[in-house]
Amino acid sequence: MTACLFAGCGSSDKYPNGKVYVYNWGEYIDEETIKLFEKETGIEVIYDEFDTNETMYPKIEAGASNYDVVCPSDYMIQKMVDNDLLAELNWDNLPNARSNIGAEYYEQSLAFDPDNRYSVPYCWGTVGILYNTTMVDEPVTSWSILWDEKYKDNILMQDSVRDLFMVALKELGYSMNSTNEAELQEAKNLLITQKPLVQAYVIDQVRDKMIGDEAALGVIYSGEAIYTQRENPNLAYVIPEEGTNVWIDSWVIPKNAENKENAEKFIDFMCRGDIALMNFEFITYSTPNTAARDLIEDEDIRNSEIAFPDLSQYNNLETFSYLGEEADRLYNDLWKEIKSYTSY
Amino acid sequence: MNKKMLSLPYLFWCAAFIIIPLCMVVYYGLTDKTGAFTLANIAAIATAEHSKALWFSLLLSLAGTIICLLLAYPLAMILSGMKVSQHSFIVLIFILPMWMNFLLRTMAWETLLEKNGIINTVLRFLHLPSLNIINTPSAIILGMVYNFLPFMVLPIYNALTKIDPNVVNAAKDLGAGSIQTFLRIIFPLSLPGVISGITMVFVPALTTFVISTLLGGSKILLIGNVIEQEFTQTGNWHLGSGLSIVLMIFILLNMVLSAIFDKEGEGATL
Repeated sequence: MTACLFAGCGSSDKYPNGKVYVYNWGEYIDEETIKLFEKETGIEVIYDEFDTNETMYPKIEAGASNYDVVCPSDYMIQKMVDNDLLAELNWDNLPNARSNIGAEYYEQSLAFDPDNRYSVPYCWGTVGILYNTTMVDEPVTSWSILWDEKYKDNILMQDSVRDLFMVALKELGYSMNSTNEAELQEAKNLLITQKPLVQAYVIDQVRDKMIGDEAALGVIYSGEAIYTQRENPNLAYVIPEEGTNVWIDSWVIPKNAENKENAEKFIDFMCRGDIALMNFEFITYSTPNTAARDLIEDEDIRNSEIAFPDLSQYNNLETFSYLGEEADRLYNDLWKEIKSYTSY
Repeated sequence: MNKKMLSLPYLFWCAAFIIIPLCMVVYYGLTDKTGAFTLANIAAIATAEHSKALWFSLLLSLAGTIICLLLAYPLAMILSGMKVSQHSFIVLIFILPMWMNFLLRTMAWETLLEKNGIINTVLRFLHLPSLNIINTPSAIILGMVYNFLPFMVLPIYNALTKIDPNVVNAAKDLGAGSIQTFLRIIFPLSLPGVISGITMVFVPALTTFVISTLLGGSKILLIGNVIEQEFTQTGNWHLGSGLSIVLMIFILLNMVLSAIFDKEGEGATL
């Protein structure tokens, strides 16, 4: 009884309008915006983080933790739609999302969310190579540099299955959504030949290791590039000529969400121009929010090729799609073979 | 009656957090996605990747345990020979790092060992050759030794302090040299502590996945990593549970061996 009083009363005074449980990528928001949301709406935000789509999915699927807002990537949204895990959005509650998010991003979302019923784009970008200009002499244009013996122990690869295979599939000229076993075997073998050259398979640490001059080349999300360059001016980002992944991370509401209206309020708040700008400046991932982009004061950033690339000049850009359980298993089995490989 | 009432919370604890989860692991391990009985999840240990991961885990945890023992025994001897005021201070120094989170301590080693990490910066400053063990099995063993050393020191230290000094004096009176005293009196009497220390280091080292991810750069796949991946990434709880059962067999084997050597059951208590 007393415990309940202690736990309950303080927060209900401060937050009369209930709670919203948010599950987002690590370091993917300016926490100041959460405080502003709490202050303006009287809704308490309980905020958790994940590091890959694959670790997020089982938690939502199991339904044990009732998140109200989640921010998965394209192909994972498709998987969640396919498995009936998402609630349809009520667009009447999302005026900022309708007016501020560029139409082209909703169009791009159709690939994984037909009819735009489930998702509101939050960030987008590409995947490319971040390299240290003091350690790499030649111009970096192709994924093939990640197989160059010269850079043994100086290469960082992504420790996440689809991102890792994307690099090899693109290098081989295949689709990164391939489910063809022969193509995937070839990609696996290519990644195994690369393993002795790789310093480590990491996710978020690519950023810190590149800033700290730990490696010459690293596969990284475009959004990290601006941040890393700010910290270490010797770093440069390039989209390889064989093509890459163009991804969108979008807000969605799980079917079992208990605070759906608060969730929509949260999503719409994040789509407000000034809030989206705060988030862009903090996390430096490309924003699909045109209102926010217009507010960017620094012209170099507003027109930055890294933050807002003109995608029409690149070839073979693709977005991940969900490949089904069978293919998921194949990818995971092949990934395990790569992880298990040792040259000694 | 009263005694029974007192044990109720522990019974509840055991049921809720040990027995029920264990039964769930066994259930998941012996069924497939449709819920039908299968041994496939356990037989999966025979695939090349899984058996290699298990082999690596056994090898690395064994190496870690042996190094821990070699470091811990002399230290425990020194500690047990000290006065109370001195040794409690040194024991405190050993336990102090354990107040900090295990994960943080392992991440600290990552920054220490990096190419441009603190250790290499100091070595370069002194014009010494740099240390390149990050992302290799050696770094994983180092992480195991560092994290689990206190679990080896304390039981051995406890066993050593329990030895009656008169026994040692008697051996010396009867003409045994110091080496003979150690080999025939002190070491056999401290064996229960040694056995308990080995179990307490070997088991967590065998099942670790954090150390190999952080210090091995995800390049060395241990059986703990396979299981973790099945639960958190692939979402195949059945396979993860099946492999956990296999791992449990190795842990039980280790405990049976301990029980055989440790007949008096002294080492089991800290």
